[in-house]
Amino acid sequence: MSDDLSRNTLAEAQAARLRHVWANPRGWRYWSAVNNTEVGIWYIVTAFGFFLFAGVLALIVRAQLAVPQNDLVSPEFYNQAFTLHGTMMMFLFAVPIFEAVAILLLPQMLAARDLPFPRLSAFGFWCFLIGGTFVAGSIFFDAAPASGWFMYPPLATNKDLAGIGADIWLLGLSFIEVASIAAAVELIVGVLKCRPPGMRIHLMPLYCWYVLIVAGMILFAFPPLIAGDILFELQRMFDWPFFDPDRGGDPVLWQHLFWIFGHPEVYIIFLPSIALMAMIVPTFSQVPITGYGWIVLAAVGTGFLSFGLWAHHMYTTGLPALSLGFFSAASEAVAIPTGVQIFVFIATMATGRVIFSVPMLFAAGALAVFVFGGLTGVMVALAPFDWQAHDTHFVVAHLHYTLIGGMLLPLIAGLYYFFPFATKRMLSARLGRWAFWLIFTGFNITFLPMHFTGLRGMPRRVFTYPAGHGWDWLNLISTFGAYIMAIGVLIVVVDVVRALRHGRPAPRNPWNAGTLEWTVETSDENWGVRSVPQISSRYPLWDQPGLVEEMDQGRGYLPDAAAGRRETLITGVLDATPEQVQRLPTNSFRPLAAAVFIGTCFIAATFEWWWLATAGGIIGIGVILGWLWTGTARPPEAAMMDAGRGLTLPLYASGPRSVGWWAMCITMVGDATAFISLVFGYFFYWTIHAEFPPPEATGPGLAWPGIAAATGLAAWATVLAARHANRAGRVAIARLALIAGAGLAIASIAAGAAAILTTGLDPVVHVYDATVWVLVIWTALHLAAGVLMQLYCLARSLAGHMTPLHDIDIRNVALYWHFTAGTLAVTMAVIGLFPLASG
Amino acid sequence: MLTRPDRATIVTLLAPPTVWALHFLTAYILAAIACAKGWDLGGVRLVIAAATAAALVFIVLAARAAHRHTGFTADTPPHDDPTRASRMRQMGAATFLVAALSFVAVVFTGLPAAFIADCR
Ligand code: HEM
Ligand SMILES: [Cu+2]
Repeated sequence: MSDDLSRNTLAEAQAARLRHVWANPRGWRYWSAVNNTEVGIWYIVTAFGFFLFAGVLALIVRAQLAVPQNDLVSPEFYNQAFTLHGTMMMFLFAVPIFEAVAILLLPQMLAARDLPFPRLSAFGFWCFLIGGTFVAGSIFFDAAPASGWFMYPPLATNKDLAGIGADIWLLGLSFIEVASIAAAVELIVGVLKCRPPGMRIHLMPLYCWYVLIVAGMILFAFPPLIAGDILFELQRMFDWPFFDPDRGGDPVLWQHLFWIFGHPEVYIIFLPSIALMAMIVPTFSQVPITGYGWIVLAAVGTGFLSFGLWAHHMYTTGLPALSLGFFSAASEAVAIPTGVQIFVFIATMATGRVIFSVPMLFAAGALAVFVFGGLTGVMVALAPFDWQAHDTHFVVAHLHYTLIGGMLLPLIAGLYYFFPFATKRMLSARLGRWAFWLIFTGFNITFLPMHFTGLRGMPRRVFTYPAGHGWDWLNLISTFGAYIMAIGVLIVVVDVVRALRHGRPAPRNPWNAGTLEWTVETSDENWGVRSVPQISSRYPLWDQPGLVEEMDQGRGYLPDAAAGRRETLITGVLDATPEQVQRLPTNSFRPLAAAVFIGTCFIAATFEWWWLATAGGIIGIGVILGWLWTGTARPPEAAMMDAGRGLTLPLYASGPRSVGWWAMCITMVGDATAFISLVFGYFFYWTIHAEFPPPEATGPGLAWPGIAAATGLAAWATVLAARHANRAGRVAIARLALIAGAGLAIASIAAGAAAILTTGLDPVVHVYDATVWVLVIWTALHLAAGVLMQLYCLARSLAGHMTPLHDIDIRNVALYWHFTAGTLAVTMAVIGLFPLASG
Repeated sequence: MLTRPDRATIVTLLAPPTVWALHFLTAYILAAIACAKGWDLGGVRLVIAAATAAALVFIVLAARAAHRHTGFTADTPPHDDPTRASRMRQMGAATFLVAALSFVAVVFTGLPAAFIADCR
């Protein structure tokens, strides 16, 4: 009896401490929150807002196309409207909504308190909000991008034809792409290292597999686009001729870089929505998913194969038939895993007793629409068919069947399904049914006729068309359908707004689902989980009776916040054995401030206000350094802590055991991909020119690249020496090595500068010169960042935050330097040695 | 991977499609350069054929290792016990399927090179 009593008071005290530690800030300070529950919701609301905005643009586009020779909007406005529609749907809605939903759901699904880098999530969100508002807002100043969502040169590089809108597109979206990569890093580390004890990799929810694969894809898909953006902006601002054939450039390079990103992007959009279905279908069938391994196959298979499709967007550029054959083959192959995915859902429904609730309705509608879009996809993947259909409304129909069936409808299914999770209230089933049927029929009425207008030759991206080609009434029907669909979307919005206040309060786990996110409490607790459970099933809520009580009563891991710090559990990649307790940073305005200043840098660069851009960039970097300094890698007050259930775990880990090391490694993989894309550019130019470097080229010679490589690699060696010395307790030597390393790296930068400045290379004259300049500048910037990191480690050591035992900083910096040394070596070999080999 | 056949990990899972990716890049890059530079396509097609054979052999070996990890018939799906052995079986099963898909995809990529003899 008294035992029980003291247990209860203990649990009460623990709960009070947890509540205090995880509480949200109040008043205006609320916006400094970094908790995934807040950031996830902000992110979703923002992305949805951009969706509605882009949808209104689509309605304008459709209204303009309703009848032939219409003059509702001007051609200039039409171009902006469809370009911004496509751009926003893809960059400001489809990809960010994945990140948003994952940030909201993932921690709870893993019974983690938060993801490992909450401030990074917050930073990503603020970047997204600022960059997105900038891009979207441009249309009110008649300055929106107008060259189509893929910005082909020479149209988009021409300053007379494509005004500032193109710069807004390039810089605004680059800024957001960086945020996407940040989110990808966060999500990968989250899935791999933050699972609850016992959730071995074969037990994790399928959603996690998709998150892992999609985040991995982002890491390889976005960097080529960033590389392309850099080349593009250099041409627009400084007239470097990357895409100008007169000076050795080639517009097709942009198409390659864009579509190496652009096709995987389609799957980056599609897979996360399928992942939502992989959670919804088993719940409403009340049976586990049939064929877990098949879903893993589908996710991994599409993830990979989708990278072998990019040139199917380039069938009409005159590539050799052999090349087209490769891409056509991969395009057909990707249908296999995609089909498997769909059959698994059908099989699961067949084994269970399906409850046709609103989420299931949307899910079923999604399958139907997507399969149809997939069929036209197989058609356009065949080069000869595509030559006929390319750039007609047939393609518009195809892409909307896949995007709306593959992402929008599953997402709305997810909205109805997870709404009680996020808000503790239910949406209305009656309104949901209305919304579904309006959206579903409206969608088909809109886009089915476009197949026919397309086949009858109506080009896409035209602001109007003549009567009498058999396009007239089909277009009118399309427009009519678009407004029906819009009413459906409006009903969803109204229902959401209504339910926030007046919705029926949701019981806990309203759908009787089996996965951990539904342990979420109905009261407004902010701690995620009261305590972390031990998992032994794929559907713990179905198979582990008493689990929820155990968690709620604080009988799991980490039931307390004794040190007054936010903490979460880090476990092993394969078997989820507990490894460490990770201290998490708390609420802070620093991520917001960093986003504001870095955003200023990008936005000012758009208008070529260089002083403001530089100032913004420098202050932004300063804020980030301050954030790292105060928020990361502080030695804990004790080496170990009691993690509950008799488990004692370390509070500090460095190297491959620390989450920071993984984050650095993953980031650098993305960085290396961008670099490889630039190198790809060099060799691309080599293939299209009979002689490359051109015979009249004078630089950069061998001497300067050689010196740059030697000094830079020596700098790398000193970083490694510093790491060793620090580990071995010879702190003074480590500090000296860091100083020497910084000096060597600066020497390397200087030698690189000499290589391009003193050898007669002029980046405006020929693409060869420009390419060499870009490679050298890229490398120099990495060296400069490396110097900053060396000095940072030095300062940390002097301040006592980095010690022989607590060496996260230097180990991460050493890892960074491995990649930088590789970048340096490749750059110098390409610009210094390759001309000898080819010339 | 092949050198440590007793373990099924994320690396073994991703190995077969990675081989597909390398094979795809080899084929595409070689053909692109050959056609741009006017190299002899016959030689390139032979190299692609050899690369295809090598990739297929690797994938078959990976599939065999994966099949071994599934424990043959000792246990049938869904492989969802909270044990290391079950994890091995599940990863083995998934890897086997991924390997099968990679096999098909490599064959698909090889086919154009088998049939198309010039750069038009
Ligand atoms: C809400 C209903 C929607 C309607 C009525 C609609 C309508 C249209 C129309 C008529 C076009 C062709 C404009 C032209 O070629 O002149 C278009 C283009 C496009 N749409 Fe949509 N759309 C909708 C939703 C979406 C969604 C959900 C996405 C993606 C997630 C999307 C992505 C695109 C893209 C990428 C383009 C190509 C833009 C370009 O050619 O640059 N749309 N849309
Ligand atoms: Cu594609």
